[in-house]
Amino acid sequence: MADPRDEPSGGTEQQGVVATDAAPPPIVPERGAPPPPTGLLGLLVREQSVVVPVVAVIAALAIGAVLIRAQGVSPLYAYQSLFSYSLGTADGLQATFEKMVPLILCGLAVVVPLRVGLFNIGAQGQLMFGAIAAAAAAHALREAPGFLIAVIAMVAGILGGAMWASIAGALKATRGVHEVISTIMLNAIAAGIIDYLVNGPLKDPSSSYPASYPAPDPAKLTPIGFIPIGLPIALVLAILVAWMLRRTTLGFQFETIGRNRHAASYAGIKLGGMIVLAMAIAGGLAGLAGSIEYLEIDPYRYQDGIAGSLGFDGITIALLARSSPLGTIPAALLVGALRAGSSTLMFNTGIQPEIVDMLLAITLLLVSLPIIAKLIFGRYAAKSSALASSWGS
Amino acid sequence: MVWLKRNRFSVGSIVAILLASYVFFAVNENIATSMFKGAWFFAVPLVLGALTGVMGERSGVVNIGIEGQMLVAAFAAFFSAAASGSLVVGVFVGMLSGIAMGAFLALTTVKGLMDQIIAGVVINIVATGLTSFFYRPGKVLSANMPQWEIPVLSKIPLIGDVFFQTGPIALFALVSVPVVHFALFRTRWGLRTRAIGEYPSAADTAGIDVIRMRLVNVTIGGVFAGAAGAFLSMEATSGFERGMTAGRGFLALAILIFGGWRPLRVFAAALFFGFANALASQLQGVINIPQQFITLLPYLLTLVVLAVAAGRVRAPGAVGQPFVKGEGS
Repeated sequence: MADPRDEPSGGTEQQGVVATDAAPPPIVPERGAPPPPTGLLGLLVREQSVVVPVVAVIAALAIGAVLIRAQGVSPLYAYQSLFSYSLGTADGLQATFEKMVPLILCGLAVVVPLRVGLFNIGAQGQLMFGAIAAAAAAHALREAPGFLIAVIAMVAGILGGAMWASIAGALKATRGVHEVISTIMLNAIAAGIIDYLVNGPLKDPSSSYPASYPAPDPAKLTPIGFIPIGLPIALVLAILVAWMLRRTTLGFQFETIGRNRHAASYAGIKLGGMIVLAMAIAGGLAGLAGSIEYLEIDPYRYQDGIAGSLGFDGITIALLARSSPLGTIPAALLVGALRAGSSTLMFNTGIQPEIVDMLLAITLLLVSLPIIAKLIFGRYAAKSSALASSWGS
Repeated sequence: MVWLKRNRFSVGSIVAILLASYVFFAVNENIATSMFKGAWFFAVPLVLGALTGVMGERSGVVNIGIEGQMLVAAFAAFFSAAASGSLVVGVFVGMLSGIAMGAFLALTTVKGLMDQIIAGVVINIVATGLTSFFYRPGKVLSANMPQWEIPVLSKIPLIGDVFFQTGPIALFALVSVPVVHFALFRTRWGLRTRAIGEYPSAADTAGIDVIRMRLVNVTIGGVFAGAAGAFLSMEATSGFERGMTAGRGFLALAILIFGGWRPLRVFAAALFFGFANALASQLQGVINIPQQFITLLPYLLTLVVLAVAAGRVRAPGAVGQPFVKGEGS
């Protein structure tokens, strides 16, 4: 479905041409687009996709400060303890980076389908499925050399996540089931199946609570210094996805479908296949995040809560990054630092770690409201929300 | 008669369910009653949530945020009831918070032209963040919700037990379905609502204020999600848990689609869901299925139902599309 907001501008231009048929070519004023200002203001207007999220984050921290104040804690001290640990110490940086890895990957898992006009809110289930697939593969191959186990576990994670996500893609492509509902349902179904697995076939008998077998020691990904192995993988994938979306035929086809699926279909792009493929790529990224969580994070097993709210943080990150693949990196750094610092915050001030969910919710709200851009830039605000989703068709 | 003909699907399926229930009731009175009570309990929040969806989508606004609306309402209802010691205040605040969330969705999407799907997802995430941050364990309600017995009606075997010996919110759900159905298909408001959901620019030409009507409908629609939230935290259980809606808002959306955006059919669909759920938990003792597979049955059923129903029902024409006066569609 085309974004109906895009059409009118084309329509008015045509009308302008028709109406002034005989007259000299008029200067057709583009609706709502005054000449761009120059200098610093011009730079800010051109870089709106950066300015708006930054303002949103600052505003969210300010609102958070009021909430912290209301609990009788100095906001300055609270933010200091939040960030000084997570960004200022080697341990804290390692924790931040460890959190960043799945966040970048889950952010990408939302960004890629968005290009095709699909809203993947199932990164959570895809990550969980990837993690359990990695756990199953690692357990099956526990006698193999460590490196091989790690690689195969990651491949299993990618495949597990991709398979899980393609169910939603196939339902969308063949039956028109909306992906927002199907991915949410698949999240719940994944949770149920995995709950059964870690209580049954994959349960480690030596563990007192439901958990999978641990990753074999040689397969564990140990960090180099304070850099976890997953970080370079995630960064390279972010760059690869950016390249794929901007420079390859596949990326062009995704973009075309996202902008106008009728045109794409007319141009001979196979819509159904592309929808499934976009979801599979997304699921693979989220599944990889799951397998890295399994191989990299203590206790190196699949257990309840391994996914946390990573899948949903992925949505926040994708919207904060304005659906740019490279933008997921700074967004994930912010979210990762907040999550990594929340326990220090709790320790120092007694404020619950849920404050982070709250801050992220406010940020998400501010960054996705078009009104914010209008407030800052007035008539220079970029019009589109960059995303068009489809419902009912 | 025309009415019967037009609604033969909903009436037919309700009659079929009833007949099957009475056969079952005749076989085993106790199990049947408890099972159907369970089914209706499961269905109440789904019916209410789906009514919120009906109000929004019939006017052309997708509401993915029903889940968040329910969650915030459950939270607000429970804690205001616990703080004030009055159940009435709790239910009232729950409904009001549903309306407030509806107003938020309406303002951002209808006025602010924000993408409706994203707005809904944002509502869900914000609701989770808000309720988990402000959640404090250890609060209790001063009293349980009253159990009302409707005179005469509650004496009917089976149906009386299931539908007419319940709490106020379940009763509210039962009454709301025919009321919304009648309003939607038999009143001037309903005709206009369907018009702005199908073809807003035509409605606009006919002099209907599309923007205002969408704002009002989406806002008012929140009252049902609010009631659903209050039902979850006050009537079905008495307590609030983080994330206690557990996907019911999305089940409600699936039921809305399964029910073809018509309140009576939605009611039948929700009963079907509730029944399948109750049946599965009964079967658990008989067949040896792992308990986890029972709990995920409603979600699996949703996917299957959507895959089957998607091709058969037709969504309101303009659903999901923002309306800008003078820009056509």
